[in-house]
Amino acid sequence: MPDGAQPGQSGASPLLELDNVQVHYGKVEALKGISFNVNEGEIVTLIGANGAGKTTTLKTISGVRPLTRGHIRFQGQDIGAVPPHRRVEMGISQAPEGRGIFPGMTVRENLDMGAYARRGKARAGLAEELAAVYVLFPRLQERASQMAGTLSGGEQQMLAIGRALMSKPKVLLLDEPSMGLAPKLVAQIFSIITEINKQGTTVLLVEQNAAQALQRASRAYVLEVGKVVMAGPAADLLDNQAVRAAYLGGDIAGDDGNGATSGHSGSGGSGGSGGS
Amino acid sequence: MPPSPGPRLLELRAVTMQFGGVTALGEVDLHVDQGEIAGLIGPNGAGKTTVFNVVTGVFHPTAGEIEFDGKSIVGKKRYQVTQAGVARTFQNIRLFPDMTALENVMVGADAHHGTSVPGAMLRLPRHRSEERHGRARAAELLELMGIPHRAEETARNLPYGDQRRVEIARALATDPKLLLLDEPAAGFNPREKRSLSDLIRKVRDSGYTILLIEHDMGLVMNICDRISVLDFGRKIAEGVPAEIQADERVINAYLGVVADA
Amino acid sequence: MARFEVIAPVAERWDRLPRAVRAVALLALLVLLVILPHLKIPVLNTPDSDFATVLFYPVGIYVLVALGLNVVVGEAGLLDLGYVAFFAVGGYSMGLLGNRVHWPFFLILPVGIALSMLAGVILGGPTLRLRGDYLAIVTLGFGEIVHLVARNTDSIGGPRGVSPIPHPPNFNLFGYHVRFGILDPKPYYYLLLAMIVLTIVVVSNLKRSRVGRAWTAIREDEDAAELMGVPTFRFKLWAFAIGAGIGGAAGVMYTSKVISISPDNFIFQLSILFLAAVVLGGSGNIPGVILGAAVVAYLPERFRSFAQYRIMVFGAALVVMMIFRPQGLLPSRRRAKELLEPEPGGGMGTLGGETGVEMAPRPEAESAP
Repeated sequence: MPDGAQPGQSGASPLLELDNVQVHYGKVEALKGISFNVNEGEIVTLIGANGAGKTTTLKTISGVRPLTRGHIRFQGQDIGAVPPHRRVEMGISQAPEGRGIFPGMTVRENLDMGAYARRGKARAGLAEELAAVYVLFPRLQERASQMAGTLSGGEQQMLAIGRALMSKPKVLLLDEPSMGLAPKLVAQIFSIITEINKQGTTVLLVEQNAAQALQRASRAYVLEVGKVVMAGPAADLLDNQAVRAAYLGGDIAGDDGNGATSGHSGSGGSGGSGGS
Repeated sequence: MPPSPGPRLLELRAVTMQFGGVTALGEVDLHVDQGEIAGLIGPNGAGKTTVFNVVTGVFHPTAGEIEFDGKSIVGKKRYQVTQAGVARTFQNIRLFPDMTALENVMVGADAHHGTSVPGAMLRLPRHRSEERHGRARAAELLELMGIPHRAEETARNLPYGDQRRVEIARALATDPKLLLLDEPAAGFNPREKRSLSDLIRKVRDSGYTILLIEHDMGLVMNICDRISVLDFGRKIAEGVPAEIQADERVINAYLGVVADA
Repeated sequence: MARFEVIAPVAERWDRLPRAVRAVALLALLVLLVILPHLKIPVLNTPDSDFATVLFYPVGIYVLVALGLNVVVGEAGLLDLGYVAFFAVGGYSMGLLGNRVHWPFFLILPVGIALSMLAGVILGGPTLRLRGDYLAIVTLGFGEIVHLVARNTDSIGGPRGVSPIPHPPNFNLFGYHVRFGILDPKPYYYLLLAMIVLTIVVVSNLKRSRVGRAWTAIREDEDAAELMGVPTFRFKLWAFAIGAGIGGAAGVMYTSKVISISPDNFIFQLSILFLAAVVLGGSGNIPGVILGAAVVAYLPERFRSFAQYRIMVFGAALVVMMIFRPQGLLPSRRRAKELLEPEPGGGMGTLGGETGVEMAPRPEAESAP
């Protein structure tokens, strides 16, 4: 796990850095000064309850939500005023919550849209990217000519991730990739995320499935009502009492997502979450 | 502890739903008994939401029979199905975003109101009494959901979890015999899921019957009396949670292996 | 958003005032409107035409029409680009029934309203299953059809129209002799004012009822509304019929004063001006719509030299409005939110886009592994 508990202390400047970022919806302050960073090669996860500001954070990084105060730096450059499509060209790509695929386009066309930001020389190597996406998600290749709107939820999620990868991002922002997926698929999606990371893409992951996310991530930040309340190596947070109680524990969902066969009613404790 | 099964409330017999040449549901038999919490699970794309859509009249089945409360509801309009006693929530929350929580729930309560347009124009007595009733009923349901303090807030400004609660309250306001919940726990963290299962039990205990689509196996196994499993538009298993968990086909098609690598 | 926050507190403060205070304020406003045609306010006065006449037409008529169109556009969220059709049906009802059958005005008024509502139902019946752009195009066509039918049907006057058209009968009101002639516009103005007040009462009653809730629900999420037990088609048809009836009433009243009408009194451009009035004022908000209609109708009369450019000026004004104040001059608070406030994190972010996919007859099971 690179760079452990003291993010930003290592010599190299982080790939992505949020510095006291505030975001408002009308009068409502959704982010109350958030600071964190993501180093090259990491999987960093943001966990927290609904309404904590996780999705807003991702949207602010990708640029679809304007920030009211603070700085977002990407590779050392302040991108607070850079329009979203430029950020994609710079190497920030998001697979949004709810997938946001183009239902009336074919799978292939959706993937091509993901490469929209690549122009001129950057288009070289597109074929390799497509091939790589098809290796990760063979299902997408099978359905290349099918309308995206007719895909199942799991396939749409794959398409959203695949599409985000087509811009060959330096950092991939994933918003609840496991939402609404069958248990079997949840495990699959998480393995793929790890695989994507191994191939060299930095990942910032927002998840309700905190158990899975913490097992996959190197570091994690816990958000509560628009603030970072806890940070550290994912393994530490996985063992942290407070985190367990709030986001992992409980008899119903301790085995959240993958441990169905072991999750017989009640008494499972925090069963599946420990995993290791 | 599964209650002794009540009379049959909903029954699907050999329901087939085709879109073009594609079979979304193939001769599905399914039933829900009064007073139970029934679960409907299966892989993404197995046809679960399609079941909700044929039951609520969004789609009309290509073949087969759907009986609700002893009467066929095939071919009925969506609002007529609602008025007959079936209410639902949505996978992606679909509240009326700029109405208050209370107004949202009142729309549900209006399903059984008969104030005519001229009656509303002239504020006739019926309008007044129904308006009073709707407001009171809506307040009562927000109370049941544990969010009476949210009544005057605009739906889109509510936290996600409360939006789900308002959606359930709005569905209950239509005074359903059967409540269809489509992935109510999606996007919930474990703590929220726990309070959701308490809530679902509470709703059942106050006299409603529930059919639930959900991917969170912890929640499903914990609260459902009976579970049906769909795969490729066909029912592959049905039984109490313990049976489903042990079912070889269900494990292969849906649950996967226990360990995740 | 700051722009909106100037207005919202005013509206909220108004709501918080005691009932009695509000009643007195409204009464004062009504008194002002009653004496308005008698006042000679230099700034307000129209240099080239009689002020009281302008108050009746275009100002008053536009206000009534806009109130009707607002039911369709502002409440139910149905874009109608051919609203002039209902104004024309009302106008021709008055013209033909007055000129040919010699019915009295107070009989023609309800009949004209009924005929307009019928026209609304005839247009709405087959078309209200369409949504958005398609509905707009069909209504646009309907407006043109009505205009062309009037122009090409000789039995109703063809391009020359109908003339003469009788005025409403004179009568005594509390000893005051009310005389509807060509010279004095005030009786018409008062009659119209009464009609407008009645319309406001009726429409606001509807707004605060299950009908108004149904309209809002349809506007915000039609599928969800239907699944919550709202007979959406029926309520959309009602919105069309009520809007048409109000437009028809305006047509009857307008025609009762002008002696002659021709198809060219009911051209497409009017539909656009009516819509501009609603959007400019604040779609969905009754005071806003009234203000918008008054502004759209009054300004060209006040500044006559600018009248020939008015379409251009309104076009430009609308573009500017859409950029800086899409919710209108006096917005409905709800509509302002729909337009301005993006959804806060999570929650209903997926409400719009995905629903199309969700509800479309999508072959879910096509997804083989």
